[in-house]
Amino acid sequence: MKSDPKDYVSIGGVDRREFLAWGGIVSAAFLAACNSRGPKAASKLLKYAERKNRVVERALFRHTSMDVVRPGAYDAGNKLPSYYISRTVPVWDESVRGKWALEVSGLVANPTRLTLEDLQRLPRVSNRVNHYCVEGWTAVETWTGCRFSDLANLVRVSPEARFVDFQSFDDDYHESWDMESAMHKQTVVAYGLDGKMLEPAHGAPARVYSPVKLGYKNTKYLTKIVFMPRMNGGYWSDMGYEWYGGT
Amino acid sequence: MEKKRHHWIVRVTHWVNFVAIVIMVGSGLRIFNAYPAFARRGEVFCCYPFEHKPIPAWLTFGGWLGGARNWHFAMMWVLVVNGLIYLAFVYLHGEWRDLVPRKGDIRDSWQMVKFYAFKRKDHPHQGKHNALQKTAYFVLPVAGALAVASGIAIWKPVQLSWLTNLLGGYVWARYWHFMAMLVIVILSVIHVFMVFAVDPYSIPSMITGNYDEKNSPEARNARPFYHLFPRRRQAQSPPEPT
Repeated sequence: MKSDPKDYVSIGGVDRREFLAWGGIVSAAFLAACNSRGPKAASKLLKYAERKNRVVERALFRHTSMDVVRPGAYDAGNKLPSYYISRTVPVWDESVRGKWALEVSGLVANPTRLTLEDLQRLPRVSNRVNHYCVEGWTAVETWTGCRFSDLANLVRVSPEARFVDFQSFDDDYHESWDMESAMHKQTVVAYGLDGKMLEPAHGAPARVYSPVKLGYKNTKYLTKIVFMPRMNGGYWSDMGYEWYGGT
Repeated sequence: MEKKRHHWIVRVTHWVNFVAIVIMVGSGLRIFNAYPAFARRGEVFCCYPFEHKPIPAWLTFGGWLGGARNWHFAMMWVLVVNGLIYLAFVYLHGEWRDLVPRKGDIRDSWQMVKFYAFKRKDHPHQGKHNALQKTAYFVLPVAGALAVASGIAIWKPVQLSWLTNLLGGYVWARYWHFMAMLVIVILSVIHVFMVFAVDPYSIPSMITGNYDEKNSPEARNARPFYHLFPRRRQAQSPPEPT
């Protein structure tokens, strides 16, 4: 073996000083990346990936795939967090806005306004299902209401309708969905939670609820359901969360 | 021309994997911080001691939940495709022979531990990798597969509920996803430490493919940071004939 002392500090032709300099550059790059949003140039690629993921997610979707609560899972009860974008809990004030009614319109043969009593007269279902939040938590709750598909049949949706927009009186909160997810058997327009009438904290008088979508897609404080030929974004989707938001 | 230590496919997939893992772990931890716990609402979780304690922000990437999710769901394809290319190559090109566990690996690993602990003088004889390395490079893709499977399970808990149920449901799938990440991070940190401490010559070999066996840890009888020790260590090698 040669006894040239350089053997000990030369790493593959890179001397120790260069080696440390490179180490410094790499470490600095790491520190700069910490807690950052990443390079601006990547945002186009990320949007592209989101659009492609949407195609994959829609291809994976099956109407027969049902959410089933794990045996032994407890109900969340009052541990279900309450979220809204208004400063205070949105409450429908009848003295100001008149009687609440759900407007179902857009690409339909029979646009309709349904009062809470009208909704309650439609076939009633109660689904004990998981709530999947975008944040990563789940909560088991029983949602009572009418199937969205029943509502769609009632207004006779046109075949051109490929998307649905769920709008609310919680400021300008809304989220649009693909038709398939909306027509899923577990998607309901809910007015009851855990055997009681829905409270303002969770979207009274009525909200859309489905385990096939993440929480933020399930618009609370419903005012309008609009059938559309094109998607219409949504409150959180426009801020950068995935539009599809499916489970 | 001498034979390359690492095929170019291995070199490319190694560095793509490095970038993908760093971004997946960073963005994953940012997503985790939106709800740094495993318990279903209204329940307690048995098996994680730091429930509701967020990961330090400087370990995260993506800036906010939506941004981190976008990175995570984009980079997952890079990780999976890259991983499949690597595994297919390793299988088809025979490199798997250097990596699969064999009888005697436990004994050889123990000898490596003894060597590093100065309980054994000479570096155990090895093939391309020592027994501890081999174990790490075998476990890493296994943990990667678990990370991918559990990741799909929490991405599509309703549409692919069979997978989620296989892992014990959403809560547990999320837990296995976290644990797989932890295994990958721990192995990667040890890997990087050992590369710098024991075999820095392997860094250029993972870029250019060239590696001089004279510099192998076995040839140098290298314990951690041996190459930075003063030259008096030479005295330990048998005296040369005069």
